[in-house]
Amino acid sequence: MATDVTTLDGSSDAAPVAGPRPGRARSRWAAAGWYLVLTLLSVIVLFPVYMLLLRAISDPLAYVAEGQPLHPVAVEWDAFTNAFTEASLGRSMALSFVVTLVIVVAQLLTSVLAAYAFAFLEFPFKRVLFAVVIATLLLPIEVTLVANLQTVRDIGLLNSVPGLSVPFLASAFGIFLIRQGFLGIPRDLRDAATLDGYGHLRFLFRVAVPLTRPIIGSFVVISFLGAWNQYVWPRFATTEDSWQTVQVALRSIANDRVDQLNIGFAAAVIAALPLVVLLILFQRQIVRGLTAGAVKG
Amino acid sequence: MTEVLADDGEPIAVPLGSRTRSPARRVTDALLGYLFLLPALVVFGLFAFFPLGRLVFDSVHRQPRFLNRPPTYQGFGQLKDTLTSDQFTSGLTHSAQFMLYSVPLGLVLGVLLAVAAHRRLRGIKVFQAIFSSTVASSVAVASVIFFTLVNPQVGYFKDVSWLSLDQPQSAMFSVALSSVWQNLGLTFIIVLAALQAVPEELNEAATLDGFGAVRRFFRITVPLISPALLFLAIVLVISALQAYAQIEVLTGGGPAGATETLLFKIADPKGIRPLHERAGLSLGLFALTGVVALVQYSLLSRRVHYGD
Repeated sequence: MATDVTTLDGSSDAAPVAGPRPGRARSRWAAAGWYLVLTLLSVIVLFPVYMLLLRAISDPLAYVAEGQPLHPVAVEWDAFTNAFTEASLGRSMALSFVVTLVIVVAQLLTSVLAAYAFAFLEFPFKRVLFAVVIATLLLPIEVTLVANLQTVRDIGLLNSVPGLSVPFLASAFGIFLIRQGFLGIPRDLRDAATLDGYGHLRFLFRVAVPLTRPIIGSFVVISFLGAWNQYVWPRFATTEDSWQTVQVALRSIANDRVDQLNIGFAAAVIAALPLVVLLILFQRQIVRGLTAGAVKG
Repeated sequence: MTEVLADDGEPIAVPLGSRTRSPARRVTDALLGYLFLLPALVVFGLFAFFPLGRLVFDSVHRQPRFLNRPPTYQGFGQLKDTLTSDQFTSGLTHSAQFMLYSVPLGLVLGVLLAVAAHRRLRGIKVFQAIFSSTVASSVAVASVIFFTLVNPQVGYFKDVSWLSLDQPQSAMFSVALSSVWQNLGLTFIIVLAALQAVPEELNEAATLDGFGAVRRFFRITVPLISPALLFLAIVLVISALQAYAQIEVLTGGGPAGATETLLFKIADPKGIRPLHERAGLSLGLFALTGVVALVQYSLLSRRVHYGD
């Protein structure tokens, strides 16, 4: 790094600012200014996270007694282990993983099949049925919560994996997104496959799905994000603590004793870890999935 | 695909490969179509449309005190009563406040971050990763994070009056702020993608025409990224209507019910509202969601500039 800065002519190529370049000296100052702004903004964005980490490793009473400083106080790491032993974080994490897995796999299957029907098959009422699918966007779980709770209670699914996942086994967003992907497959390919005697199933799994892998990948990641982060439904579809997903378990912080707070803070750190890993591994897919609806409108 | 004309001269779309297909083949295709749709439609039927009907039913009936009796019909007057009650208007007001505090601020901050990070600098990817990072935070995690900041007993900013959870206005602002922070990553990612899609030649041409940076931003960049901004505004409005965990963790609806949004009253964590009222309020939320969707649809079809 350091060697890059002092090149032979003493200039730095560290600051190729977009647009016209108004001379080296000025652009170097401009770059420095932007680094300053960016660093400041980073500090603001990360400050809340820093406070969480700080509180998770500080002894809660000592920290408050010290007057809540910006540095950790009486550092102890037991909160992270206590979260598992005392707050049974392990069970709720495992439950969250299972529920998330069920939802993602089911959404993937139902969406791919429905998307294929809308993209490649002809049948009466196709447009009406597509409108029906899109109309479900007006019926999110927040709207249907009260009635769905009755249904799930009636069929005895409160406090169960099926109960936690069943309202989310299909996704209008998934159907729409994957259908768009399928529609992008060149007609020639479809015709060639037909000539080769490919049936619909073979075409779906040998051609359509492999060709739309980037879109399907994005959907899987977004679907995982959504399922893992669920709060309202699991909050009310469970009545026993042992059936709380990890997100719901985090709410106990509001009733914890002050000397126990670090355990709740540590639990929040651990609950966020899977998504941090996901974000690092699949940044491209996440960005593509999140922007899917945006740029085209 | 050859264009086929129906009797009235209207072109009919001919399905792929259907020229070579027998009528029998067409029937099996149609059946396969229904079969493929079935799983998704069953889920939507049971957990999206059936509940809508059930909400209507619940809102015009009254649950008996004893569970072995059937609900008694009360008429649509009961639904009207719910939707004109103080419960509904206060829930609506609080949801509107939440929106007012979270949506504009969220948009402005997202644009600010994206504009700052949309430039060719060494190491810019690091800053972009930092600005996207709140995507990894769920609502519940964001709520715990803000608990460390604004909780009246142990929060770092517990003495900052405009973040105080003990006063109605500042409490709502604090709760909304946790949403702003949590959605920052999403907002940033979408605005940045929109900025990256703005052709650079446009800005260069404008610079040659003597446009300053500020005029370039408002005359060229903003119109071109307006579809993304509109999309975001809608997403943030809906996310405000659906805010729940932040309220439960940070204020529990308080102080004195000041942060009880419409959804909070529907969810009713303390179990104090009768079913018919919660069902009626749910229908109110449904109507609001519909209005937002209509606004989205009508705005999308005009006013907003499209690059293509």
